[in-house]
Amino acid sequence: MRLIGDLFLLLGATFLALGALGIVRMPDVYNRIQAGTKSVTLGAVSFLLGVALVHPAWWAKVLCIAGFILFTSPVGSSTIARALFQAGVRPWRADDGGAPAPAARQLPDASGPSATES
Amino acid sequence: MTLNLLEIAAFLLVGMALLLGLLRLVLGPGAADRIVAADTLSVTATAGIAGFALFYDTPLYLDVALVFGVLAFVFVVAIARTIEANRPGADMEEQA
Repeated sequence: MRLIGDLFLLLGATFLALGALGIVRMPDVYNRIQAGTKSVTLGAVSFLLGVALVHPAWWAKVLCIAGFILFTSPVGSSTIARALFQAGVRPWRADDGGAPAPAARQLPDASGPSATES
Repeated sequence: MTLNLLEIAAFLLVGMALLLGLLRLVLGPGAADRIVAADTLSVTATAGIAGFALFYDTPLYLDVALVFGVLAFVFVVAIARTIEANRPGADMEEQA
């Protein structure tokens, strides 16, 4: 049981690391949302399954966390993508010359006070 | 509990994921990239806190992970709503 749990832990941690690598490497904010959400959701659920297999007495709480991640992570990313699209961030296209999307920089920084002036 | 080799590798990979997400959070060229990085980082950190529960052999950290996940979701939705309200064509009466 411990060995199976360890294998799930390693699988989940691998997917978490690959999702974070996608966050760093992808050229556009929408690509980053894709890489982040899908890979990291699978990685986190697999990691939690590994925790529940190593310690079978904790399965109820771990199931709560895994179900919550499984429900809220796609909803949160979809909300972010919809808000960004409505805020005017255009998707990156391959015929832009391969440069990182300039439209991603046009969004005003939400931390500044000038973000409310438009 | 004593860790074997697979668990050490798993924890190192989770730490690498957190560092890479933090890199994008620091370097991100715009606010959008930082928000996406923070979203990914919150899910990764939830799994990492569950890993802490495994490491210290106490189930108390699972409660911490659950509350952290709930708060991270609320944070993401609130930030997304803020962006959506600040879009160029939005008027003030639309936000009511």
